[in-house]
Amino acid sequence: MGEAAAPETIDRRRAGTAETRRGRSFGSRGFFRIVVIGLPFLWLVGLFLVPFLIVFKISLSQTAVAMPPYLPTFGDPATWWSALQQLSLDNYAWIASDELYFNAYTLSLAIAAASTVLTLAIAYPLAYGMAKAPPAWRTTLVMLVILPFWTSFLIRVYAWIAILKPEGLFNQLLMTIGVIDQPLVILNTPIAIFIGIVYSYLPFMTLPIYASLERMDHSLTEAAADLGSPPLKTFWTITFPLSLPGVVAGCFLVFIPAAGEFVIPDLLGGSRTLMIGKTVWLEFFTNRDWPVASAVAVVLVALLVVPIAIFQRQQARL
Amino acid sequence: MTSWRLTKFNVVSMVFGFAFLYLPILLLVVYSFNASRLVTVWGGFSTVWYRELWNNRGLLDAAWVTLKVGLISASVATILGTMAAIALSRYKRFSGRTLMTGMVYAPLVMPEVITGLSLLLLFVAIDLDRGFLTVTLAHISFTMCFVTVVVQSRLMSFDRSLEDAAMDLGATPTVTFFQVTLPLIWPAVAAGWMLAFTLSLDDLVIASFTTGPGATTLPMKIYSQVRLGVTPEINAVCTILIAIVSVGVVAATLLNKRRLVRQARDERLAAGG
Repeated sequence: MGEAAAPETIDRRRAGTAETRRGRSFGSRGFFRIVVIGLPFLWLVGLFLVPFLIVFKISLSQTAVAMPPYLPTFGDPATWWSALQQLSLDNYAWIASDELYFNAYTLSLAIAAASTVLTLAIAYPLAYGMAKAPPAWRTTLVMLVILPFWTSFLIRVYAWIAILKPEGLFNQLLMTIGVIDQPLVILNTPIAIFIGIVYSYLPFMTLPIYASLERMDHSLTEAAADLGSPPLKTFWTITFPLSLPGVVAGCFLVFIPAAGEFVIPDLLGGSRTLMIGKTVWLEFFTNRDWPVASAVAVVLVALLVVPIAIFQRQQARL
Repeated sequence: MTSWRLTKFNVVSMVFGFAFLYLPILLLVVYSFNASRLVTVWGGFSTVWYRELWNNRGLLDAAWVTLKVGLISASVATILGTMAAIALSRYKRFSGRTLMTGMVYAPLVMPEVITGLSLLLLFVAIDLDRGFLTVTLAHISFTMCFVTVVVQSRLMSFDRSLEDAAMDLGATPTVTFFQVTLPLIWPAVAAGWMLAFTLSLDDLVIASFTTGPGATTLPMKIYSQVRLGVTPEINAVCTILIAIVSVGVVAATLLNKRRLVRQARDERLAAGG
């Protein structure tokens, strides 16, 4: 008994030293550590956290005909207290009272959710096929998925305008083969937005799913088949649950940016489909109402903060 | 997955998926060689729109601005992003680690309008004139997080005993990093740079918010023309950009593959000899 336990103890002790060594790597203090942590930390605080706090502060300010077009501005420290008292929730009350904003938020979330499901429906079979392809092909297949991502996002959205417009290539094709005799109106409708989002975000969904399918231990599905499980049942009880981490990561990578998307609804959705990203843009550039634009942005972040937090936790665990 | 019997369903879904990904781009490239001004009517092969481009000063200027912003911001973002990756993967305990993790992952999914708006309001608040500098600063900030993620994944799958050996033999952390760590994570750092560079070339929204007079980038130029309608010149610009990117990515992949093959051969020789 004592004999048998000995090697295990040694192994554990060895693992223990490896653990402490790992923790000591690069030392716990010194110049290198200060620079490597400090520089990116300060940069992120200065250009990510602080700007966001400024957005929050301006969302509580009043619109003014001035440059910058909001009050108060916190210039002189002596007037900070009175400036602080000028802050109010008026912009949020305004957003809550106007149906336009409520509709834009619900439409954005609905479009983002629907296109996430559509993207999953196309990406999953694609990733599944890639993971089952001969190993020699896989690098090429992965590269084929990534390559369009490297080409410009704007260009890829733009390419769809020529295809979807009434006299465009898609309608020409359908009319030539005689499916329709009147052109379909697709451009400037939510359908065009769905196509645009699914197309642009397809790699973000495909790659995480492929990664989790590729890692999967195939002996599990083989065992299920040997025990007489039909292929579809094997898929739903074994393959799909094991690929869930990839599916979840992919869904967040599509849903969160899609909810705030500006370019796709602007170019493909027309002026009648007002999503929230476009609302921020219009309030800022057209109405020049910076405080309301900021408040709209703050509410969008508040809506997305839960999905973003889940996404972060999942990423940090990897 | 080890077994690879492709069913009909697998093949059909892959063909459909890849056709969906590539057909729009292919059509755009084809129609950039269209002689007709009407973008959806084929009027014969022609390179007239490429020649037109050379006379379009506005587009060329914008392309030059975009290239400069991309090169500078990708390089700075790579340095900062690599540092952040080292910080997160090599120092498990420091105050503010949770905050830093959050600040690295949140920008990855943050809608661009919000990033753009918040950076612009910062530049206005500190009274920084908007232009080339502000666009570059904005691009460094939003691309560095992507570099961090790419480099961090390489640092995770990395034999740390090499770093420990160097430290045990008396190398300082700085020396260890440049002599041991950097040569080993180099491909990931290069990939991070490429990613940052393409993201910067591609960005419309953040640049629109943070730019000023004299710093119009190519996506902004393309966007303003696209809003007026699809034109063959834009098809030509897009085709050139697609060609540059495709050649770059394919070359990088092939070089990387050759390096891996050589490495594998060296390892085999070392093991055998």
